[in-house]
Amino acid sequence: MLEAAKVTKYFGGMAAVSNVDFSVSQGEIVGLIGPNGAGKTTLFNLISGALPLSSGEIRFKGRKISGLKPHQICRMGVARTFQLVKVFGNMPVLQNVMLGSLFGREHTVSPAEAVREAREALEFVGLAEYINAPAKDLIVGNQKRLEMARAIATKPELLLLDELMAGLNATEVSEAIDDVKKLRDRGITIIMIEHVMKAIMSVCDRIIVLHHGEKIAEGTPQEIAASSKVIEVYLGE
Amino acid sequence: MNKVAFTSRNLYLQVLLILVLILLVALPFYTSAYNIMLLCNILMYIIITVSWVLFSGPTGYISLASAAFFGVGIYTSAVLGQSLPLPLVIIIGGLFSFFLALLVGVITLRLRGMYFSIFTFGLVELVKHFLLWWEITKTNTRGRFVILVNYIHVFYIMLAIFLVLLLIAYLIRRSKYGLALQSIGEYEEAAAHIGINVTLLKVVTFAVSSFFIGTVGAVMATRWTYIDPVIAFDPFYSFMPVLMAIFGGMGQLYGPVIGAAIFAYLEEALITRFPYHYMLIFGIIMVVSILYLPEGLIGLLQKLWKIINSGRLAVYREKRQKRGTGREQENA
Repeated sequence: MLEAAKVTKYFGGMAAVSNVDFSVSQGEIVGLIGPNGAGKTTLFNLISGALPLSSGEIRFKGRKISGLKPHQICRMGVARTFQLVKVFGNMPVLQNVMLGSLFGREHTVSPAEAVREAREALEFVGLAEYINAPAKDLIVGNQKRLEMARAIATKPELLLLDELMAGLNATEVSEAIDDVKKLRDRGITIIMIEHVMKAIMSVCDRIIVLHHGEKIAEGTPQEIAASSKVIEVYLGE
Repeated sequence: MNKVAFTSRNLYLQVLLILVLILLVALPFYTSAYNIMLLCNILMYIIITVSWVLFSGPTGYISLASAAFFGVGIYTSAVLGQSLPLPLVIIIGGLFSFFLALLVGVITLRLRGMYFSIFTFGLVELVKHFLLWWEITKTNTRGRFVILVNYIHVFYIMLAIFLVLLLIAYLIRRSKYGLALQSIGEYEEAAAHIGINVTLLKVVTFAVSSFFIGTVGAVMATRWTYIDPVIAFDPFYSFMPVLMAIFGGMGQLYGPVIGAAIFAYLEEALITRFPYHYMLIFGIIMVVSILYLPEGLIGLLQKLWKIINSGRLAVYREKRQKRGTGREQENA
């Protein structure tokens, strides 16, 4: 579904992501891990079109998406959330999600339909009771859910989750894990950046490890947990 | 309960608007020429301010280019006024501003915050000095005379532009594009990632807002007999809409309308009555309103409305009721 070939991004002289190849197939949950500064979020920014590639190519469903604008990539079916939540704080929760329905598709959606879809998405993430509250009044955990609902409203086939679970407590983490599984059951393919190992190990079908912008390992959670190279990166020699 | 209160308030507002409109249309029949001209001036400020808020309000891109678009309208009127009928001149003036804004928007709307403001301000100077250079080196003239138009015509044209602008501003606010503009103001990156074509939306809205400023320039030019680049591209017209919008409050559509109306009237009243201290008083009002009215006049009104509707009035009613029942018992 998503193929990345020799993806490279330079910031000045420094390679934030260099020569990364990977592919994701339909229905998978892929984890993206690595120490701070490994280039995980940069890789997300390259996929979603927030940043242009320095070189390489990214294809989604066989069509080249590198070089397109974020809104075009979104309308093709790639949605994302942000590491630091970016909800529209002064807007009611419902409107936040409606925007996803109204703008995130190839075809136009009527306002009534957008309201219905937004309600459905909010119900799905468990925010049904807050629909009229300004988004800024939600606690961080719920703001993250709101971002997820807004992304779902664009009807994505591929969803990029950037540290969904950072800052959540243990209960919220297990709820978030359930949410991710439910998303997969809806047929949405997921790539997630995560530092919460419990989450990564329990939901991911496959894990990609980045270090200094390079892919150093890839495999099932068991293989990654046993990999000496990964342990070395995380814990030192 | 809240919903009922809200809709009945809207109804009052609509009736009030229609009454004001009838009053305005009938105005030339019962008031002096001075008042009509004063009203033209007020309408001019209202239109420029509402146009400015149309784009800068929700997106938070503070444009200081209003004077450039206003001046383009003025110059269009000065150059074409002799050969073309006024309505056509006005539309052409608007279109020139529209296309200038499109061009500028494409180049500059990737700039954010202060950089955008400074660039737009630079635009005013750029166009002014370009015209000065053109007049000195190419046409060997300085300034132009403008064909005068009956002030009552000017008034009706201004009123028409105002109504069209109000309608368009209202429709944009209510549409999904209004919501999208607001989302751009909050997190542009997130807006782009949920499928909003942020660049296109920003540029088009900027151009539409500039169109109206251009038309007003084209009409108002006929109030002045002589214009030159320095008069037409006065940076004053870049700052006034910003101040008026802040003064009125940008949360609601009628905020900038009321803000601009009061401000413009105040300006006129102060100039005529306190010509020597006018700027001083003006400055004090501005400072006070920024310090104590962060949401503008409208924010203040809304706060008062809330207080009247809830807490204090309820307490007051309760007290009266108690006193009332007390008296009734006495009477009994």
